[in-house]
Amino acid sequence: MSDQSRIRLESVTKRWGETAAVDGISFDVTPGQFVILLGPSGCGKSTTLRMIAGLEEASDGRIHIGDRDVTRLPPGDRGLSMVFQSYALFPHLSVANNIVFGLRSRKVPKAEQRERLAKVAELVDLTDYLNRKPAQLSGGQRQRVALARSVISEHPICLMDEPLSNLDARLRSDMRREIKALQSRLSMTVIYVTHDQVEAMSMGDRVILMQHGQIVQDGSPDELYNRPASAFAASFIGSPAMNLLPLVAGEQGATVEGETSVSVAPLEAAGGQLGIRPEDIELHPASAAGVPATVLSDEYLGADTIAHVTVGGHTVRVRMSGKHALAGQPCCLSWARENAHLFDASSLRRDDLTPNTLPSAPHAVPRPPAVGSFQY
Amino acid sequence: MAEMTSHRRMQLYGALLLLPAAVLLATFAYLPTITTVFNSLFLPGFRGAPTEFVGIENYQVLFDDPTFWQVARNNLLYALGTIPTSIALALGMALFVNGKLPGRGFVRMAYFTPTILPMIAAANIWMFFYAPQIGLFNSLLGTLGIPGVNWLGDPSVALGSVIVMSVWKEAGFFMIFYLAALQGLPPELKEASDLEGTSRWSFFWRVTFPLLMPTTLFVLINALINSMRVVDHLFILTKGGPNNATNLLLYYVYENAFSFFDRTTAATITVVILFVLAVVATLKFTILDRRTHYQ
Repeated sequence: MSDQSRIRLESVTKRWGETAAVDGISFDVTPGQFVILLGPSGCGKSTTLRMIAGLEEASDGRIHIGDRDVTRLPPGDRGLSMVFQSYALFPHLSVANNIVFGLRSRKVPKAEQRERLAKVAELVDLTDYLNRKPAQLSGGQRQRVALARSVISEHPICLMDEPLSNLDARLRSDMRREIKALQSRLSMTVIYVTHDQVEAMSMGDRVILMQHGQIVQDGSPDELYNRPASAFAASFIGSPAMNLLPLVAGEQGATVEGETSVSVAPLEAAGGQLGIRPEDIELHPASAAGVPATVLSDEYLGADTIAHVTVGGHTVRVRMSGKHALAGQPCCLSWARENAHLFDASSLRRDDLTPNTLPSAPHAVPRPPAVGSFQY
Repeated sequence: MAEMTSHRRMQLYGALLLLPAAVLLATFAYLPTITTVFNSLFLPGFRGAPTEFVGIENYQVLFDDPTFWQVARNNLLYALGTIPTSIALALGMALFVNGKLPGRGFVRMAYFTPTILPMIAAANIWMFFYAPQIGLFNSLLGTLGIPGVNWLGDPSVALGSVIVMSVWKEAGFFMIFYLAALQGLPPELKEASDLEGTSRWSFFWRVTFPLLMPTTLFVLINALINSMRVVDHLFILTKGGPNNATNLLLYYVYENAFSFFDRTTAATITVVILFVLAVVATLKFTILDRRTHYQ
């Protein structure tokens, strides 16, 4: 794989007047990587993508593609293609003309255009629709036209700006697989913007999580899930989100605020937060050892049940496989030490402390194997 | 049976809703049209004699009248002079003020000002521009040492002067339609084509212009109708002179009807105008509509 598709950002900043939409971010994308820019709306992920594309000019910092500094180059000279959220198809042109639009701009010979069109149409399964107008296509087909348009350019880099957000849930999961397959087949370098953590986890080789124009965590989906760098990262990844409980100083150690009978972490953790994923919590009868709690309600989702449990006035979600009707019952909670995460007062992860091992009784309720947290 | 009556009632309801518009249209558009066609087939009786049906004789007389052909030719030149120029200018101005530009609102307003001015006022302003001795144009030419032109008095330039004023007056109006249409174009289209290195020129001809076709068609029809109904400019500027050099069809109708009191000729010319307009509009809609993309 050539080094031409390596993308490097050096403290890139975008300011609109006083506010910085993107605040000095740096990362390095190696060729062939599928990188996700993930974050809530307004976090600067789309602006970052548009600066890489050249549609927005960086206020500060440098952008390199391959060995070229492209910071001030116009979009057409950067050697990349882009798929827009709205697809940006030309409504008056047929599917075929939409796909070869860029080739005509670049004065590719007619015969070669036809050849490449046939190949790409085959690849994205649009051969029967080449004479239609975009208005005569379904959402998924339009999405494919947009993909075809970026694939046919044969640029090694493809930027995608929330390409699936206009599709319905089922189509979205099909397209996720299709895009991922296309990317690995053509060994493209992809930077993909989304606010959907399911897309991020299932498609990305690497996820860059952003908040307020800054990078919160940059790592593999596995790292983001298992070692969230901050309380924000913890709450953004996973569905339902990780439970975060404030910790206060107790007699023997830090306890959950409002539930001082069991210490859950060393004393130094007080003032911070304890995070446990709903799927990592075990629910036991009230007689067992653990953190006492009461089940408020349960939500049956088919494969599993989400129980809403109150601990010292804080609501905790617990995920159990199968169907359970537990509403109103007292219970107690426990979790394995390696599944509990500690965050300090400024909500950053702390690895200097290990959470306490809970006096977990032999499993009183036989627990079915944990279910994965992501619906593929 | 009950279903039938409710269906009938809905029909009646619909008809009643249409009635006010239908009455207005019939009174002020269809009836006058029919009367005009009718009038053009008769000769008025003098001194109490009854009107006489003459069939198409009025048309034959009209087509033998060299003044009519001069006026028709003037009107064709006027249409050819104003329509493409004002549309091209309108599109150019719209593209200009749609871009990023300091004082954009001010420029837009400046372009639109001629449209707000009443025709009579605008024509009076241009009278001052065109006046032979004290006029703006001749004063400017004079400072450069070029002898002035009698803009409205010279038969070879008078029609051109009227055309220039009409373009000035109309382009701003058409610009508003183009500006609205341009603002309706999704900005991603421009971005998508920028990413492919498409030049501005190429983007305009391959994307912007085709997507503006519905507007162009609308503006074209309006411009055509406007070019056929010029009375007020001529009334102020030239009165159709010198020697009919700037006389246009509707002003000729006006002259026939209210200066020469020849209602029959006026009616005959009106029918000819209506016929030409109908034919051109039909051609435009059938030919251009097929090649126009509506979103």
